[in-house]
Amino acid sequence: MLSRLHMIPLLPLLGAAYLILFGRRHSRKAVQTIATVAVFAACVVSLDAFFFGLPAVAHEGGIVELVYNWFSAGGIDVDLAFRMDPLSGLLCLVVTFIGTLIHIYSAGYMAHDEDYARFFAYLNLFCGAMLILVLGDSLPVMFIGWEGVGLASYLLIGFWYKETANASAGKKAFITNRVGDFGFLIGMFLLFRATGTLDVQSILGAAGSGGPLAAPLWLGQSVAFWAAVFLFIGACGKSAQIPLYVWLPDAMAGPTPVSALIHAATMVTAGVYLVARMSAVYMLAPASLAIVAIVGAVTALFAAIIGFAQNDFKKVLAYSTVSQLGFMFVGVGTANFAGGIFHLFTHAFFKAGLFLCAGSVMHAMGGSGDITKMGGLGKKLPWTTRVFQACWLAICGVPVFSGFFSKDAIISGAFATEVYGHRLAFVGPLVGTLLFVAAFGTAFYMSRLYCLVFTGPCRADEHTQHHIHESPASMVFPLVVLAVGAILAGFVGVPPALRELFGKHGESTLSIFLEPAVGAPLEVSHHTEWLMMGLSTLAALGGIGMAYVFYGGGYRAPAIAFAKKVPALVSLVRDKFRIDELYGFLIIRPLQALCRIIFQVIDRILIDKILVGAGAFLADLVGRAFRFFQTGDVQRYLAVFAIGLAVLVWVAARPASPDEVLLKVQGKTVTASIEGPRDSALAYSFDFDGDGTPDREGANPNATWTYSGPDRYTVTIVIQDSRWHTRRIIKRDVEIR
Amino acid sequence: MPGTYYILLSLALFFIGTAGALLRRNALFVLMSLELQLGAGSLALLTFARGLGDQKGHVVAFFVMALAAAEAAVGLAIVVSIFRVRRKIDLDTVNDLRN
Repeated sequence: MLSRLHMIPLLPLLGAAYLILFGRRHSRKAVQTIATVAVFAACVVSLDAFFFGLPAVAHEGGIVELVYNWFSAGGIDVDLAFRMDPLSGLLCLVVTFIGTLIHIYSAGYMAHDEDYARFFAYLNLFCGAMLILVLGDSLPVMFIGWEGVGLASYLLIGFWYKETANASAGKKAFITNRVGDFGFLIGMFLLFRATGTLDVQSILGAAGSGGPLAAPLWLGQSVAFWAAVFLFIGACGKSAQIPLYVWLPDAMAGPTPVSALIHAATMVTAGVYLVARMSAVYMLAPASLAIVAIVGAVTALFAAIIGFAQNDFKKVLAYSTVSQLGFMFVGVGTANFAGGIFHLFTHAFFKAGLFLCAGSVMHAMGGSGDITKMGGLGKKLPWTTRVFQACWLAICGVPVFSGFFSKDAIISGAFATEVYGHRLAFVGPLVGTLLFVAAFGTAFYMSRLYCLVFTGPCRADEHTQHHIHESPASMVFPLVVLAVGAILAGFVGVPPALRELFGKHGESTLSIFLEPAVGAPLEVSHHTEWLMMGLSTLAALGGIGMAYVFYGGGYRAPAIAFAKKVPALVSLVRDKFRIDELYGFLIIRPLQALCRIIFQVIDRILIDKILVGAGAFLADLVGRAFRFFQTGDVQRYLAVFAIGLAVLVWVAARPASPDEVLLKVQGKTVTASIEGPRDSALAYSFDFDGDGTPDREGANPNATWTYSGPDRYTVTIVIQDSRWHTRRIIKRDVEIR
Repeated sequence: MPGTYYILLSLALFFIGTAGALLRRNALFVLMSLELQLGAGSLALLTFARGLGDQKGHVVAFFVMALAAAEAAVGLAIVVSIFRVRRKIDLDTVNDLRN
């Protein structure tokens, strides 16, 4: 069974590949079945591995499966390997389980869509990529999944690409994520430079022992700090934190099941997972944890405030997701990794449930998500309403529901943490306080949503009202399962203070379970725990109560009066603090101006005019010159060819020797030397006495000879060229006195 | 040295061939002249090979024969197809690329 880990991402990927290639040939039902079965099979394999393989080896690093050596060059050795430890195992279950439910839901939701094959292929692709990201045992493998989910997200946000707004929302998500990806890459490079490995466990091992990761890098901070910060930039992009959160609300342009799966339950939590995965690196640099916590807390509060005034069902949920992700980052940022992952786990259930309720409501309302035109849906959509109530109470943090436990774990952890040391000790209470306000805000805007949609009289027009109906069973079933999860998921993380009431001791089940992967749970004194539980219950109930005063049964007098009193503030919040406009002014407009300048100077002038123009001009000139020779008369070409060949042959075959022969007479001694080009292929022979046989032979062009008496002699010199088998004979007379 | 006569013959044939190839207007005659040049070349090769006692010249002469056959086949095919289109095979009329 250990060898089956690779099946988990492979099954959905195979489903995606099959559906992309052959999906159009199959009926709607077949496509839905293939896609759902692929993810469900992955879920079964994960469950098997999680419950039967993992417990035995959880403390030895979990189940590891090496598929093959991906690449190995110089000092880098990267394996395609998967690892299921408690952390990735939990995420794996969340992804496959929620993924399966959402596939089932999509079968109903996309029942009238033409492009169902493409939709399910992308959904499968997403699940496969997400599982690679979760299970990947080295940073490059995780990065494949990281980019894969980004791609799937882009494809699915722009699924209804015929509307420009959807397509550009997809682009916005993709481009914003690229900014984060650059952070991920830099962080990866820094870790590699310091530790010489990209393997997650080796890096964590190196971080555990300090070593090169603790060495200072820049501005007095260590390598670990900068790597952690850059990885966090990547996490900010993927998990929609300030300043890179702007894409997530726009991503609601995609089909609602996509929002539930990708943009609420799984993909956006990848950043939290990354921080928890690299926990040892973050622990090495508490300042980086402080950054994570502060960014998370500010995002949690900021997004919650924006959520107050949104009038689109899915937009409210989107800002709620951004806000809840902020909670998770505070969790991991206060070294309360188990707490952050706990909230990730519960959030996956209740937020997926809320989104699917949104889909169900919009399905009933003819596709519109405008909550100002809703109301009184409680009676007409009984199942959806009950599920929504469960998830709503969970996200508000009402006791017993799952969100209560996980939110409480984060907030009390924030007050109890001592990871920052003396100088940054203020961070814990600061983020904890911010989260209290954010929790109050969460309860308020979620209750506002509930009141405006499900209570009071219906504000929709007659035609739409007539159309309202409960969703089909395939949509209701996943809703109910998620509602059960939203109610019960919290019980895996009951804090020690509460456990004592039931006669149990020690940390919560989840914290102990996650300990091998993310380190020992954060200890919170029972006193703090009780205080925080009380306060967060108060915050939740306070938020709900305030929302009831404002919106119970529709827009009430206080809400209308408030909106009249400070219209500027309300419209500012409704316009999301005009952050998009600010980015447009600060980043996009200057960038476009720069692009325009570069386009005009580099492209239009340098490339088009100078490079292309000059090249064309030169070619034209040469062409004009050579056209003169192009007579079209074959025989003239042949004549030129013959003359050229003759010249070549003459040059090549001309005697390499020369040439001048110098005879120097000194008494009876004659020195013959041959002037001319030297070549190793030339051989010389000298016959001084005229007897017909050479007296001197060889490559030496100089020779000396002493005659016996005075006479007239003929010196015969033969120069032989071995290349051409030519010989040249030179004869000279010499007189010896 | 009797080889000299062969070389002279080869030279004469080569120049006749060259003159024919350059001056005749009829493609058929040009092809024939080219064959003549190849023959002259082969003769020179054989002469030198014999004179130097080297087998390489003989081998190359065989290659020249094979090459000449191929050249004749391709050349004639071209001439025939030109003739089909134009009903004459004067080389100075085959200059479409120029115009």
